[in-house]
Amino acid sequence: MENLIALLVAAPLLGAAVLLCGGRRLDAVGHWIGTVLAAASFVIGALLFADMLGKDAEAREIGQHLFSWIPVGDFQADIAFQLDQLSMTFVLLITGVGTLIHVYSIGYMEHDERRRRFFGYLNLFLAAMLLLVLADNYLLLYVGWEGVGLASYLLIGFWQHKPSAATAAKKAFLVNRVGDMGLSIAIMLMFTTFGTFAFGPVLGRVGETGEGTLTAIALMLLLAACGKSAQVPLQSWLGDAMEGPTPVSALIHAATMVTAGVYLIVRSADIFNAAPNAQLVVTVVGAVTLLFGAIVGCAKDDIKKALAGSTMSQIGYMVLAAGLGPIGYVFAIMHLVTHGFFKAGLFLGAGSVMHGMNDEVDMRKYGGLRKYMPVTFVTFGLGYLAIIGFPGLSGFFSKDKIIEAAFAKGGAEGWIVGGAALLGAALTAYYMTRVMLMTFFGEERWRHRATASPDQPDVEPAAEHQGAHAEPHPHESPKSMTIPMIVLAFGSVFAGAFFGIGDRFVHWLEPVTGHEHGHPPVSALTVTLSTVVVLLLGAGLAYLHYGRRPVPVVAPRGSLLTRAARRDLLQDDFNHVVLVRGGEHLTRSLVYVDHTLVDGVVNGTAASVGGLSGRLRRLQNGYARSYAVSMFGGAAVLIAATLLMRAV
Amino acid sequence: MNPVNYLYLAALLFTIGASGVLIRRNAIVVFMCVELMLNACNLALVAFSRMHGNLDGQIIAFFTMVVAAAEVVVGLAIIVSLFRSRHSASVDDASLMKL
Repeated sequence: MENLIALLVAAPLLGAAVLLCGGRRLDAVGHWIGTVLAAASFVIGALLFADMLGKDAEAREIGQHLFSWIPVGDFQADIAFQLDQLSMTFVLLITGVGTLIHVYSIGYMEHDERRRRFFGYLNLFLAAMLLLVLADNYLLLYVGWEGVGLASYLLIGFWQHKPSAATAAKKAFLVNRVGDMGLSIAIMLMFTTFGTFAFGPVLGRVGETGEGTLTAIALMLLLAACGKSAQVPLQSWLGDAMEGPTPVSALIHAATMVTAGVYLIVRSADIFNAAPNAQLVVTVVGAVTLLFGAIVGCAKDDIKKALAGSTMSQIGYMVLAAGLGPIGYVFAIMHLVTHGFFKAGLFLGAGSVMHGMNDEVDMRKYGGLRKYMPVTFVTFGLGYLAIIGFPGLSGFFSKDKIIEAAFAKGGAEGWIVGGAALLGAALTAYYMTRVMLMTFFGEERWRHRATASPDQPDVEPAAEHQGAHAEPHPHESPKSMTIPMIVLAFGSVFAGAFFGIGDRFVHWLEPVTGHEHGHPPVSALTVTLSTVVVLLLGAGLAYLHYGRRPVPVVAPRGSLLTRAARRDLLQDDFNHVVLVRGGEHLTRSLVYVDHTLVDGVVNGTAASVGGLSGRLRRLQNGYARSYAVSMFGGAAVLIAATLLMRAV
Repeated sequence: MNPVNYLYLAALLFTIGASGVLIRRNAIVVFMCVELMLNACNLALVAFSRMHGNLDGQIIAFFTMVVAAAEVVVGLAIIVSLFRSRHSASVDDASLMKL
């Protein structure tokens, strides 16, 4: 079975190579090749999973050594894979959700003439992400990490004819580079500290190293995770990444890319366990991001951007849980998997709505769509109930556990973090209810669209095949799009109960990440009840704001906080003022120093040498007799010197 | 007679030659002064040979004569061609080799 591991990565990689190099003759079948290879990868994953289930919990880890990549003296970089329960979970999530998104894209991208290329990029994305989670050392993980960055760049900027998409792709790539720097520094630190970067030796020898080094490595890993997982302070790319086609958003937010950071932290659990200060930073980053994302999600009118804020917030939950140590790792991964189901479902639903609405993304121009898109409405609705943590659905089991674990952290910290998580749950309920009500309920605001002023020209659809201002005719999407949504809705409903009841998921993952039962200061039942209460409060408040009152087509000015949240809580302004302006000032002062000091020294030297040469040049006057004088003078001096030396 | 006197004479001749080279403008005169310096050297060499009682100085004097003869041939040829082209034998007129 070990030999199948490489095939997991090879199948989508082959798809990417064939589709990207194959040229136009594959246009007609390209999407099928891509989908079949993604599905093949899923089937291989399922086979390996079945094989793994047949073994004892302790003997489930298998590996495959393909070849030595860079063997130089003590430096051993291998292309080697490791498949344990953690990797297995990711493999199934990535290939499963990935395949569904491939199927969905067949319908969604039907009218795009570059569909073959799109599927090539999707396959590349899957291959890179699989490489990331299957690598058995940090260097190979880094290869996958960069591959994910590349694929996301290509996909976010897929509609590169739109300047906003091209800019968003560039932004995502650049912000990710900052995180990548963290990962490369962490790998270098590991190599100087442990002399290797394979998971086994590095994580096994953590005890031999001082806490300072481990904290440094852990913080660098956290920086990397912040970049990929869009955590504060490297969160700014996620909202703009919505410029890509909707299936890309679903893929980035559910199966690949943003989950990589959580994987990295959980995979490096031993390092974080030995560096409590770094763990605290992880928890704080998670808590801040979960509130940040939720607040942004509450204010956005663009359905995809509201969902993007929600992703940021949910990943914040996972990072928070991962920062809690052994009481949280399992729940971080569990929430990641359930989130994969419902967030993919929500994004595909959003894509389906846009598909039926001429690519309109402004929720203020939706309304009352439940009649026209019943399947989308039901699947989106189930995803909605799952994400807010409605009792019995997926999100309830995973999120509730995280909130419990946060309280179980103990002391004032536990109360603060737990409080933040609870507040986040209320906000989640608020903004998701808002999305739900604005899209599927209320009056049909799109009917009056002709009179509405185009207040957001930058989100106007490209309008390839229909006039930009024609009244849309909402309709249900084709089967290729609805079936993946139905499958994902099943996942959103039942995955949590399947994992959570009887602690199945905990037992599954425990051998890899370790697990301790937390003891919250209040009983688990109290936590659960308060979670339910706050989510009902949040949802109720949203109903008061958006269900009872009609939703204005043009966004009201709103409070200071609303306006700030619409601008992503001023993240771009902050980056502009602090980083761009700061950078400009830094370069300007460096240029000044360069011009005055460095150039001054160089130019001064040159000028003085030039002046001296000008003087010396006068000696070269062309008169033979003056040269003769120099000769005689020189000879006289030499003789005098010789005589003097003799005398001494 | 004390051979050192010959050295004094050689030094005197050399000095006269050297000042001639530096002072005079006429190329022919300068050339003659150079010859004078060479011969002063020859005189000194022969005197040294006598003082030390070996033949080294005399042999070097012969070499000097050969070199001087060759130098006269080349030098006079240069002066003649210079005079032909510029109608002047002044060394200061031939001052083109400068910046």
